[in-house]
Amino acid sequence: MTYEFTTEDLKEIEKIKSRYPEVKPATLPVLWIAQNRFGHVDPDVQKLVAATLDLPEAHVHGVATFYTQYYKEKKGKYVLDVCTCLSCQLCGGYDMLHYLEEKLGIKTGETSNDGMFTLNQVECLGACGYAPMLQITNDKYVNNLTPEKIDKLVDSLKKGEEPSYEKMEMPLRKNN
Amino acid sequence: MSTVDWKNFEPVLIPDIKDLHKIDVYEKNGGYQALKSILTDKKKWADPKSVVNEVKEANIRGRGGAGFNAGLKWSFMPPADGGARYLACNGDESEPGTFKDRKIFEYNPHLFIEGALIAAYAMEITSIYVYIRGEYLPYIKMMEKAIEDAYDKGYIGKSIFGSSFNVDFYVHSGAGAYICGEETSMLESLEGKRGYPRVKPPFPAQKGLWGRPTTINNIETLSHVPAVINRGAQWFKNIGAPTHPGPILYGISGHVNKPGVYELPSGIPVIDLINEVAGGIRNGKKLKAVIPGGSSTPILRADQLEGITMDADSLRTVGSMLGTAGMVVMDEDTDMVDVLWRIAHFYHHESCGQCTPCREGTGWLEKVLLKIKNGEGEVRDLDLLLDVTTQMEGRTICALADAAAWPVRFTINRFRDEFEARCKKSVHALA
Ligand SMILES: Cc1cc2nc3c(=O)[nH]c(=O)nc-3n(C[C@H](O)[C@H](O)[C@H](O)COP(=O)(O)O)c2cc1C
Ligand code: SF4
Ligand code: FES
Repeated sequence: MTYEFTTEDLKEIEKIKSRYPEVKPATLPVLWIAQNRFGHVDPDVQKLVAATLDLPEAHVHGVATFYTQYYKEKKGKYVLDVCTCLSCQLCGGYDMLHYLEEKLGIKTGETSNDGMFTLNQVECLGACGYAPMLQITNDKYVNNLTPEKIDKLVDSLKKGEEPSYEKMEMPLRKNN
Repeated sequence: MSTVDWKNFEPVLIPDIKDLHKIDVYEKNGGYQALKSILTDKKKWADPKSVVNEVKEANIRGRGGAGFNAGLKWSFMPPADGGARYLACNGDESEPGTFKDRKIFEYNPHLFIEGALIAAYAMEITSIYVYIRGEYLPYIKMMEKAIEDAYDKGYIGKSIFGSSFNVDFYVHSGAGAYICGEETSMLESLEGKRGYPRVKPPFPAQKGLWGRPTTINNIETLSHVPAVINRGAQWFKNIGAPTHPGPILYGISGHVNKPGVYELPSGIPVIDLINEVAGGIRNGKKLKAVIPGGSSTPILRADQLEGITMDADSLRTVGSMLGTAGMVVMDEDTDMVDVLWRIAHFYHHESCGQCTPCREGTGWLEKVLLKIKNGEGEVRDLDLLLDVTTQMEGRTICALADAAAWPVRFTINRFRDEFEARCKKSVHALA
């Protein structure tokens, strides 16, 4: 498939390039723009990024494959990244992962047949005090997971409703 | 016995002021006055060096994990030669158990921006980048907004406060890689490459971003700077533990009733932090173990904690470290074999693979621990694990290999019975 950036994307890319003394540093941000536009950065998208920045394809490919957040292939509409790292493990992260496997009828790493959900297990997401938790498609965090909270989440995602930013209070503060 | 008066401590990094993240509110509460002072008050601040000296005197020990005196690090920058110089602010925050810098992005972004600007002036830096892990999308947006507002008000840009100081400030988002928190890996990532740590020397102060002098500091470290400028080094040194002074953002997770981030002085007794601040162990259980400052810091048994406080010196006496002050608390039901296997899995997953001892070593640690966890281990596997750790430490480009080795060494040494029991089980089963 051939992909193209929109005029707005290209304008944004020019802005990004102006932040650095050379063009290479734009690789990560432009891969982000591409992934936000096309939903993934498969080899064809990597080609587009390389051509747009006039950088070798091998370089863009090397970068895209080094970082876990770039999707190297098409994923489900919602990617659920469940943290099972240290603090989440202690607080039931694996239980949540297994609950989701059962609920969605897929194994970790798989995408559901209807293309709605991809389920992953990930390393610490910097939300350890709110464990267990998951992240939806590189965006919102859902904290302090329970089976009930997962039920509600999956139901609303099926309706296309994404949760909003969940602000986690600092316990000693009262005036938030 | 601790003399640290943590109960009456007034937060400095995250004071309880509504909407402090908004630039107007920050200004109304004395924001950007430290920056103004160093740029305009020539009686107090003769030159950039005087700022470096004050910060050095305060002894702000790096909050990114290594605990190095920030001002001392700044003094390593070579004299300005008219070319580009960089400050790279480390907001990668990926060490398991660590979730504190995000509170600064959310609640007090301008404090961090002001601290970074002061650092830039002190080191005659021309551009600042803040590297934020890609998963922190909301915080990346918050920081972009805060930086835009500071540009609009003239705190960033050209002739700040009418002085000859010019500086630019940009956000750079990561994309999922723990290793990019290591300072030279972060520089590679900023340069648009895979995050392979660089061989040192040359150190970043000599050859950093694009071969130019660069200083790397953690977000919290830089956020301490404005108060040091406003209130003086002596004020900072009087807070908390004398050799590791100042407020700290403690992140507490695991089996406590009230997990979260708390701003308190350094040197608070570990037991007070768990029982009084974080509300004690969940479900009335007993405390079993604590990882004091992120997954790489050596684990401590509950019986080792008597009289131990949260600062480098005190933790060293029991063979651990303060690290990122991200404390992970474990109750009596915790299975140490499972925990250690999960930590080993993390480091294996995150090793960049450049160095053989790290690439192979982390793999071995995980594999052997999985075997033990599955009840198929033998007691001699424990010695194999310890042997692997000695072959990893100090033999690699970056400290990830050490970070992976320490938990294995210390968890096995401090919970040897538990590991042996799991191994013996299989021997009996086979007999
Ligand atoms: C494997 C590894 C990961 C690291 N991750 C982080 C991180 O996420 N955030 C951070 O501030 N420092 C991290 N560090 C420490 C940095 O290399 C560096 O020491 C620190 O950012 C310097 O800032 P400071 O002196 O203000 O602490 C890491 C170090 C290693 C070896
Ligand atoms: S020690 Fe490990 S993570 Fe660090 S450079 Fe070597 S292989 Fe990469
Ligand atoms: S361990 Fe899950 S967010 Fe840190």
